[in-house]
Amino acid sequence: MSNVSPSLVIEGLLKDFGPVPALDGRMVRVLNGISLKANAGAVTTLLGSNGAGKSTTLACAQGLLRPDGGKVTLLGEDPYGASPALRSRVGVMLQDGGLPPSLRPIPLLRHVASLYQRPADINALIERLGINEFANTSIRRLSGGQKQRVALAAALAGNPEVIFLDEPSAGLDPQSRQVVFDLINELRSAGLCIVLTTHLMEDAQRLSDYVYIIDDGINVAEGTVAELTARAAHEATAQAVTFTAAPALLLPELPAHLLLVEPAPGQYRLEGVRDAHDLASLTTWWAKESILPESLLMQPRTLEDVFLEIADKGNDVN
Amino acid sequence: MSTSTQAAPGTSNAVGTLKRIMLQGRYETLAMIRNGEQLVIAVVLPLMALFGLVFTNLLGNVAARPIDAAVPGVLALCVVSTAFTGQGIATGFDRRYGVMRFLSTTPLGRAGLIYGKVMAVLAVLAMQVIVIGGTGLLMGWQPSPGGIPWAILLLALGAAAFTALGLWIAGTVRPEATLAITNLAWVLLAGVGGLLFPSTSAPAILQPIIGLLPSAALGDSLRTALISGTASGSGILILLAWTLIAGFAATRWFKWN
Repeated sequence: MSNVSPSLVIEGLLKDFGPVPALDGRMVRVLNGISLKANAGAVTTLLGSNGAGKSTTLACAQGLLRPDGGKVTLLGEDPYGASPALRSRVGVMLQDGGLPPSLRPIPLLRHVASLYQRPADINALIERLGINEFANTSIRRLSGGQKQRVALAAALAGNPEVIFLDEPSAGLDPQSRQVVFDLINELRSAGLCIVLTTHLMEDAQRLSDYVYIIDDGINVAEGTVAELTARAAHEATAQAVTFTAAPALLLPELPAHLLLVEPAPGQYRLEGVRDAHDLASLTTWWAKESILPESLLMQPRTLEDVFLEIADKGNDVN
Repeated sequence: MSTSTQAAPGTSNAVGTLKRIMLQGRYETLAMIRNGEQLVIAVVLPLMALFGLVFTNLLGNVAARPIDAAVPGVLALCVVSTAFTGQGIATGFDRRYGVMRFLSTTPLGRAGLIYGKVMAVLAVLAMQVIVIGGTGLLMGWQPSPGGIPWAILLLALGAAAFTALGLWIAGTVRPEATLAITNLAWVLLAGVGGLLFPSTSAPAILQPIIGLLPSAALGDSLRTALISGTASGSGILILLAWTLIAGFAATRWFKWN
């Protein structure tokens, strides 16, 4: 991607939690060998379902948790027990906010900014994120989305080189979401290394330069959004719904790799259309049998398809 | 926008260690004194204790005049209210809300956060000493001049011991439990723990135990220093021991989230 060394490198990260009384005091392995890299000027996304290990991975990268194995290098240093100099170059937005409930947003942001020699322009951040609208409300009384905006501003208050955003769009209304996404894009253009987690495919698809799909404590797939979705674009799904003929009778006439599924009784869908030949044999068969499908839809895979497929595979192995 | 002041990457962007601690100390102090309940426990209850002790003459034989016996004990009570109860409860809820986690990712770090709390305890304690000491002087309190340096040392040691104890509790149990434990302990220590009343006035069977408590070491030694102007070596040693034990335990078992 570039000849500059990555801002964040994680190799074979292991993390155990416990002992868990419900499991006879055994430890639970929550990170099972995560490896990833994040570059400056790019948005690197950890995508996974709840409990996959995304936040734990971030906590290790932020130096909040000591790894039980593997190696984390953030701006050339081990983040656990890192120097104030390293912490001053990294901004963190926690999933639960981490904001003192009794304070109002602006005094908090000014206090956080005061800890840095070259803080961000707090007034501009306040303006940009619409924090003035609720400046006189204590953080305790803010809505989830308002807290998210304050937490994002607090993470940016120190003008960081690397920023960790744990579920940045959680609880945001569509307008705030757009504001936050625009800001993330600007920060990327300004050269920040942005590492974010999300369980929302749409966010990952809109924001990411590079995606790691995390499942059960390990990264199971990675690539740009285009790579992840294009890798199997030939596996586009043709949906031809409502067949009147008995499928068993008709299937032999179709290429063997086309899969007929019955999502609901009497409703049939064909999957696995790979190329024009498949489509041609399909339509030839339709013409011969006088079948007009209810719908015919060719779709490239979305990140969600990739994710679900991977998650399914994981479940099959288990 | 926010990157307009970006310096060369790779250089530290943190203000100096001392400045960070002072800023965090000021922030924590303001958070403490803005909190209404905190103000009640820091100022109103100690003042009520002072008036109660003086006007009911519960300390009749401790010093020549009730006020001279009352002020040192109330100062000891202030240490426990601020360093232990107030600070412990605030830390417990900071931990619950992830504030400790977030602030420890800033240049402050974990050590800076703790030093900031210590600064706030000392600042609030200084205000309490001014209010209680000033009220005492208006009521005719005459501390022994030779004991004042010892009293300052004892207040600082007491603050250290009770801050460490408060952090130990706040860092290991739920904030609701911290609230209950530190408030209950405050009442018990005030009554029979040697804070307001000399440990020698406790039931004889309990005296050996009470004598080893940091509250008795602080209360008894402050009374000795400010009434007769002499130092209490055993009190200082007991406070030091509690500081070391609780400091070790807090460092070892403090859970940041």
